[in-house]
Amino acid sequence: MRIVFKTSYDKDIDLHEHGWSRAKIAVLAAIMVLLPFFVGEYYLAEAANTLIWALAGMGLMVAVGHTGQVSLGHAAFLAIGAYTDSALMNAGLPFLLSFPIAGIVTGIFGAIIAIPAVRMSGIYLAIATLAVFAIVEELVILLEPITGGVGGIMAPSIQIFGISFDRYGALDNFYWLILAIVALVTWGYANLMRSPTGRSFLAVRDSEVSARALGINVTRTRSLAFGLSTGVTGLAGALMGHYIGFYNYELFSIFISINLLLVVTIGGLGFIQGAFLGALLITAVPQVIAIARDGLNANFGIDLGGIPGLDTMIFAVILILFIIFEPTGLYGRWLKIRTWFEIFPLARRDMFRRQKSYLKTERMK
Amino acid sequence: MQEGRDCARAPLMELMQLVIGGLANGCIYGLVALGFVLIYKASEGVNFAQGDMMMLGAFIALGLGNADELGLPFGIAVIGAMAIMFVLSWGVERVVVRQIFGQPQFALVILTIAMGFVFRFVAGSIWGYSPLVLETPFAGQNLRAGGIVVGLADLVTIGVTILLTLGLWAFFAFTRIGLAAQAASQNQMAAYIVGVPVMRVNSLIWGLSGAVATVAGVLYATKGAIDPNIGLLGIKAFAAAVIGGLGSLPGALLGGLIIGVVEPIAGRYAPGELAKMSPYIIMLVVLVARPGGLFAQIQMKKV
Repeated sequence: MRIVFKTSYDKDIDLHEHGWSRAKIAVLAAIMVLLPFFVGEYYLAEAANTLIWALAGMGLMVAVGHTGQVSLGHAAFLAIGAYTDSALMNAGLPFLLSFPIAGIVTGIFGAIIAIPAVRMSGIYLAIATLAVFAIVEELVILLEPITGGVGGIMAPSIQIFGISFDRYGALDNFYWLILAIVALVTWGYANLMRSPTGRSFLAVRDSEVSARALGINVTRTRSLAFGLSTGVTGLAGALMGHYIGFYNYELFSIFISINLLLVVTIGGLGFIQGAFLGALLITAVPQVIAIARDGLNANFGIDLGGIPGLDTMIFAVILILFIIFEPTGLYGRWLKIRTWFEIFPLARRDMFRRQKSYLKTERMK
Repeated sequence: MQEGRDCARAPLMELMQLVIGGLANGCIYGLVALGFVLIYKASEGVNFAQGDMMMLGAFIALGLGNADELGLPFGIAVIGAMAIMFVLSWGVERVVVRQIFGQPQFALVILTIAMGFVFRFVAGSIWGYSPLVLETPFAGQNLRAGGIVVGLADLVTIGVTILLTLGLWAFFAFTRIGLAAQAASQNQMAAYIVGVPVMRVNSLIWGLSGAVATVAGVLYATKGAIDPNIGLLGIKAFAAAVIGGLGSLPGALLGGLIIGVVEPIAGRYAPGELAKMSPYIIMLVVLVARPGGLFAQIQMKKV
């Protein structure tokens, strides 16, 4: 059992509750930095992919997990980020400029959309984002000179101060670049959540009426949160473009939006760690399925390769099981397990009992 | 000679033709949207699998009715498919959706999206992913009236939609169960206390919405081939439901008709991408101008 003894007020808002958690993060960071020396090319690329998904997941987490704004159209913002970055680089801008600009452009676009959208709540916002997604998808085809239309666009290779960060030529460098970006965003995100702005996000999520009564400008807070969310997603989109190399509008399908939603829900809504766990799951499961399929085929002669759409089906079933049995996601489950050990033998099942809320009409809000 | 005369009065006739075809299409959007509205009215949840339920319904009708499958007469096949889908949707509510009773709306959104994938997989593994054609008695028959060609399928679609909407409206307005469903959607707890069997009503409404989805699916299948991905039409129907206001049956139908008519007209006079965008643009405009839809039922909460 651990007792955290606080000796100053600053400790209340410290990023880490106690020294151990700081040490654990340091160890994790060290492992991630040293990863290229331990694993092969294939798994390093997969790790980079996971990090990109985690970045996009963090983007969506700001909106869904921390402000309670469900978005079904985040693939649109991935697309905007990717196309802005690639188009600017093709126009001759260096990555160091085009990358932040891609994030800012996406963020501003998202915030502009959010201003009318914040008048809507709950389900209506989700639908509006879906509409935005459908519109952006067609716009990408219409704006052929910039986006390459149906044919697609090439994401140029990254050069910073003469050092190559090419996805294929210098995968180690590319991985470290992504890791640095993800670490920076995570650090900023964690700090945001202990600032007044971040706290106001939570207040808006938990009760709009009380947030307003406490003097929070709900409209401003919600559009700020949505802008930040889309900005981070735009950054992830830019990286995704570089990771894929050559892409067209099909890369950012509705399924990507849904996968992103899967990342945040399965990972654990409202926890930054959840975005990482979810990303890990979504990139690992297809690998596991492929390995299991090969194993079944080799050992038992059962060929599952002939069934199309099995992967999606398995994802869908995982999602259904999580929603029903563990709505707090992987991170929530981990918290329960950890608490059980920390306060052993005092843990009780009801400690994490879900509060049942009875549905009341949205029509009178 | 004939061609020349047609050309002279072509623009107006062409517009009429587009409008009539659009109305029939709009009826299908409207019917799928009705399914959304049914579930929304009863539980304030949105069923994102509605489009896939429509797809599954159409495939079941095809499996029962087509000559190379079970080969039942068309009418019996459709009624059978409606019954199967009623039981299936009822069961889905009973087994899956009821588990998340009392969780936030967001959970239902994700759950139904995932269920949509499962439905698509089921249909894909039974009937395959290549397009199939449902055999109907009124396929390819056309009526001519003053230079406008109207497909019999279009007329049937419009007629069935009007009947179904009236029936559902009467169900919610006059029957005990319909009123109970409305009460449950306003406040589940209060409805439960005054004796509404909230859970049972929910199951029933889900079943009903499955049957309505089947009708929509069969009508859709009368106009062309179907494959497991036609469920994506649900997104457009969704726009229809939102344009009308999610809680309103006539609103859903009107929304469907608006989308159905605007789409082909935009496709004729503007670039194709704009036509595909048009439903969503209309929806965004409506959402911005009237966040609750045209038949809004949102009122401010009094604190």
